[in-house]
Amino acid sequence: MRFGVLQFPGSCDERDAIAACGRVGEAEMIWHESTDLSGVDAVVVPGGFSYGDYLRVGAIARFAPAMEAVTRFAADGGPVLGICNGFQVLCEAGLLPGALLPNEGRKFLCRQVDLEVVSADSVWLGATEPGQTLSIPVKHANGRWFAPDQTVDALEEAGQIALRYAAGQNPNGSTRDIAGVTNEAGNVMGLMPHPEHAVDAALTGSADGLEIFRSPALATA
Amino acid sequence: MSTKGKHDEQSAHRQLGLTDPEFDAICDLIGREPNGVELAMFSLLWSEHCAYKHSRKLLGNLPVEGERVVMGPGENAGAVSLPGGWAVAFKVESHNHPSAVEPFQGAATGVGGILRDVFALGARPIALLDSLRFGDIDSERSRFLFEGAVSGIGHYGNSIGVPTVGGEVYFEAPYEQNCLVNAMCIGLARSDEMIRSAAAGTGNALVLMGAATGRDGIGGASVLASAELESGDDAKRPTVQIGDPFEESKLVECCLELLAADLLVSLQDLGAAGLTSSAGEMASKGGVGVDIDVAKVPLREADMEPFEVMVSESQERMLAVVEPDQVDQVIEICQRWQTSAAAIGEVTDSGTVRILRDGEVVGEIAVEALVDEAPAYDLDPAEPGEWIYGNENSLDRRIGEIAGLGVDAAEDSAILAALLASPNIASKRWAFEQYDSIVGSRTGSGPEAADAAVLDIPEAGVAIATAIDGNGRRVACDPYRGTIEGVLECTANLACVGANPLGLTNCLNFGNPEKPTVAWQLTKSVEALTDVCKALDLPVVGGNVSLYNETADGPIYPTPVVGVVGELADATRVPGQAFEPAQTIALVGPFAPSLAGSELVKLRGELDQGLPGVEISEIAAAQGAVRDSVSSADGLTACHDISDGGLACAIAEMAIAGETGAECDLDGMIDARGCSGETALFGEGPGGFIVAGPDAALEALASRGVEVIRIGSTGGTLITIAAAERSVALSLADAATCWRSLEGRME
Repeated sequence: MRFGVLQFPGSCDERDAIAACGRVGEAEMIWHESTDLSGVDAVVVPGGFSYGDYLRVGAIARFAPAMEAVTRFAADGGPVLGICNGFQVLCEAGLLPGALLPNEGRKFLCRQVDLEVVSADSVWLGATEPGQTLSIPVKHANGRWFAPDQTVDALEEAGQIALRYAAGQNPNGSTRDIAGVTNEAGNVMGLMPHPEHAVDAALTGSADGLEIFRSPALATA
Repeated sequence: MSTKGKHDEQSAHRQLGLTDPEFDAICDLIGREPNGVELAMFSLLWSEHCAYKHSRKLLGNLPVEGERVVMGPGENAGAVSLPGGWAVAFKVESHNHPSAVEPFQGAATGVGGILRDVFALGARPIALLDSLRFGDIDSERSRFLFEGAVSGIGHYGNSIGVPTVGGEVYFEAPYEQNCLVNAMCIGLARSDEMIRSAAAGTGNALVLMGAATGRDGIGGASVLASAELESGDDAKRPTVQIGDPFEESKLVECCLELLAADLLVSLQDLGAAGLTSSAGEMASKGGVGVDIDVAKVPLREADMEPFEVMVSESQERMLAVVEPDQVDQVIEICQRWQTSAAAIGEVTDSGTVRILRDGEVVGEIAVEALVDEAPAYDLDPAEPGEWIYGNENSLDRRIGEIAGLGVDAAEDSAILAALLASPNIASKRWAFEQYDSIVGSRTGSGPEAADAAVLDIPEAGVAIATAIDGNGRRVACDPYRGTIEGVLECTANLACVGANPLGLTNCLNFGNPEKPTVAWQLTKSVEALTDVCKALDLPVVGGNVSLYNETADGPIYPTPVVGVVGELADATRVPGQAFEPAQTIALVGPFAPSLAGSELVKLRGELDQGLPGVEISEIAAAQGAVRDSVSSADGLTACHDISDGGLACAIAEMAIAGETGAECDLDGMIDARGCSGETALFGEGPGGFIVAGPDAALEALASRGVEVIRIGSTGGTLITIAAAERSVALSLADAATCWRSLEGRME
C-alpha cells in the first residue's frame, strides 16, 4: 500500500502522517501544485492550517491543483482520508457531508479522547469492529462538525457516521458527538481526531490510530 | 532628511531614548552629527535591548564552555551536541512590553521571534515552552492578559506546527502592570550543517526573505516620522508588531530547504531593530561592511522613508548572505514556497553600514561605532533595608473560595486545599490544552505529565528533556539564593525524568537597572547564576536580558528565568508524576524546608527578605542519584520534585495525577530535620523529591548514596499526612476540585 500525503503551504502534520503511513506501508509527499497521483494507492489530506486558513478553514485549499486530482481519485474509488484540516478541506470540496464550525468553547483544544467506532463498513475502518473504542488525540479550534438534522438522520441510516466521541468526551460540541464521517461509497473518510498521533504506544500511550492506516490494505486485499 | 539645528536634533535623540552623553559620543565617533537615518539606527543598536548597556559587564563571567557546546552566546541561539552528529539548539527570549500592551499579538510575535532565532541556525524547531507572569488572578486585567497571551502563544505555535510542550505561569501582584512573556524554542540540526550569522565574502549579495516591510513596530523612531510629516496625525502608528504564522511557516520550510541545498553563506533573523540590527550584527561578526539600498526592499507601504525601512520591526523576515551566482536559485526556491525574496545590497570591505536609496547614500556609519562602541555602564547597586514589595493576607479569602467549590476542610486541611487552588500551584490545564503539544510526533511527556517535557529524538537514538523555571518571589526575597534555587529547580525537573543537563539558556527580567535596588538584584542574581552554573558544570549557551520592567508602582519581582535542555536514553521509560496503588512513598534528598518565601507565607501576607542557604554540591549529588535511578530503570513508578506549596502539595499533585490516595507520616523527616510540623507540610526549598515505587526500587535508590526517608504508602481515596502536632486529610475528589480550579476562575 503506497500512501500519498498532500502538502500545502501551512500544513503542520504532513510529516507525522508520512511517518504513520510508513509504519504500515510506503508513503510519499504530494506537493499542493501537483496533479499526479498515479503512483499512490491511497491519499491522506493532513492536518494543519493550509494557506494559513485565515479565511474559512479549508476554503482555499479546496481550490489547490492537488485537490482537483484528489477529487478525480476519489470519484474513481480511491481511498482518501482527511485528518483535521484535511477533513475541513474535504468538506469544503464537497467530498464529504457537513461542515466544520468553531468549537463550542471558542478555544483551540488539544487532548486525548476516546472514540467509538459507529460503522466499520468504510475502507478506512475495516480493521475495526463497530463499538470498538479508539484512544486518539484531538487538537483543533474548528472541529464542531455540523449538518442539518435531516441530513444527519440520512447519514446515520446510510452508515456514513464512522466515529463518535465517547459519552461525555465531545470536545467541540459537534452534532450528535460525531467525530468522523464517510462518503456514500465509503472510500472517503474525514475525522477531526489525529490517528497519526496515536501510532506509538510506548511513546504516547496509544497505537489505536494504526487501525485506520491499516484498513485500506485490508479493503483491497 | 533635512538638516536640523543642534537643539532639534537633541530633542530627537532624547525622545529616541539616547542620553545627551550618548549623543555626544556618537558625534565624536562619526566626527559629525548623525542625520536622521543614522540617529534612528544608533538609537536602536545603542538601546538596552540590543546593546545590553547595563548588563554586559556582569555577564562576562558566566561559564560558556563545555564539551557538548556546539554554539555559545553571540549566535542567534545556543546549541549542544547529541550523539550521531546531531545538535539541539535552544534559546529563550522575552516579549514583555508588547504583551502588556496587546497580549495576543505581543505573545504571538514573541513566539515567532524565538522560532526565527532557532531556524536561523539551520535547526528545525521541534518544541516551544513559555514562562508567563501576571498580576493577581483576581484582577480583571491579569486575567485579560493571561487569556490573551495564552491565546497568542497557541495561535502562533499551533499554526506553525511546533508543539508547545511545557512552561510555567505565576500570578503575583508586582507583575500587575508589567506582565512577563518569555518564550523558549528548541530546534534540531546536524552539527556540521548549522550556519552562523557572520557576513562574509566581499561582493556577496544580501537577500531579504519573507514578509514585506511595513511601518509596524517602528516604536520610538516614529518621533522622526512626526518630525518629517506636515501633520503629526499619522505619527501615532501602532508599535506592537502583528504576527503571521503562515508567512513564518513558509519561511521555515524555505530557509531549511535553502540550507539543505547549501545556497546560503550566512543567515540572520530580523528581530528587534529590524534590518539595522541584523545587517549591523552580521557585518560586525564578519568584520566586513554592508551596503543596503532601501529602494530594493519590498515594501507594504510605498512612501516609507529610509529610516523607517531600516528600523521597521515587521515580522517574519530573514536576511541571508548569498553568493552572487546563486541568487537566482535562492529566489526560485523562495517563489516555490510563495515567500518573497529580494537582493537588497551586498557585502563590502568598507567596514561601514551604508544605506542607499536608489544608489544615493542616505546614511553611512562605521560598523564598529554602531555595534561595538555602544556604551557599557557600571551599576550602582545598593541592598534595600527592608522588603520593598507589598504584603497582602489573602489566605482567608482563598479558604473562603474553597468552601465555594463545595470542599469542606478545616485547619491544616483547609490550608492544603487553599494552596492547591492557588493559581500558582493549581493545574495549568486551562492554558496548555490550548496548545498543540503533540505535533511532530516526538512528545513523550507533555505538559504536567512529568516534571520536565520529554521529546524523542530517534535520529540520534536518544531523547531530550527540557524545563523552564524562575520563581521571582523567592528571588525577590534573596536575589542570590533565589537564583541558585531557580537553576536547581530546573535541573531537579530534569532529574525526575532521568535526564542529564547539557546546557542552560536564560532570560533575565528585571526592573530599572539605574535604580540601586534593581541594580543590586541584578548583580546578585547574575553572580548566583555564574556560581551555580560553574558548580553544576552547566554551560550557559545563550541568554536574553529584559530590563526596565517597572511602572510607577515599582519594579517587578526580579525574575531570572532559566531553561535547561538535557539528554536521556529513552523517552518511553519516564516514570511521570502519577501515583500507582500499593507503592511505598519516600522523601529523597537534603530537602530542608523553610516557610521563608513560600506560597503559604505569601498567602498570609508575611513575606520578608531572606532565604536559607543551600549546599549546591549536596543537592547536585541527590539530583544525580535520582537521575541515575530513573534512567537505570530501578523501578520507581513516580517521581516529582518538591516545589511550590511544599511536600504536602507535591504529594497531593501525585495523588491527583494517579487518582490514587496516599497515607503519609512525616515524623521521621521532622526528627531528621528538626523542623515544625507546619514547616514539614508546607515549607519550601530545593533539594527534595517525592518518589514512589516498590521497596526494592527505593532500596536501589538509597544504594546510590542519597538520603531516602520512607514517609508512607499509596492507595485508597484519601490524602492524609501526619506531621507531628499537625495533620492534613483531604479526599482525592476534593483535592482535585481545588487543583483544577483555574478553569473556573477563567470562565
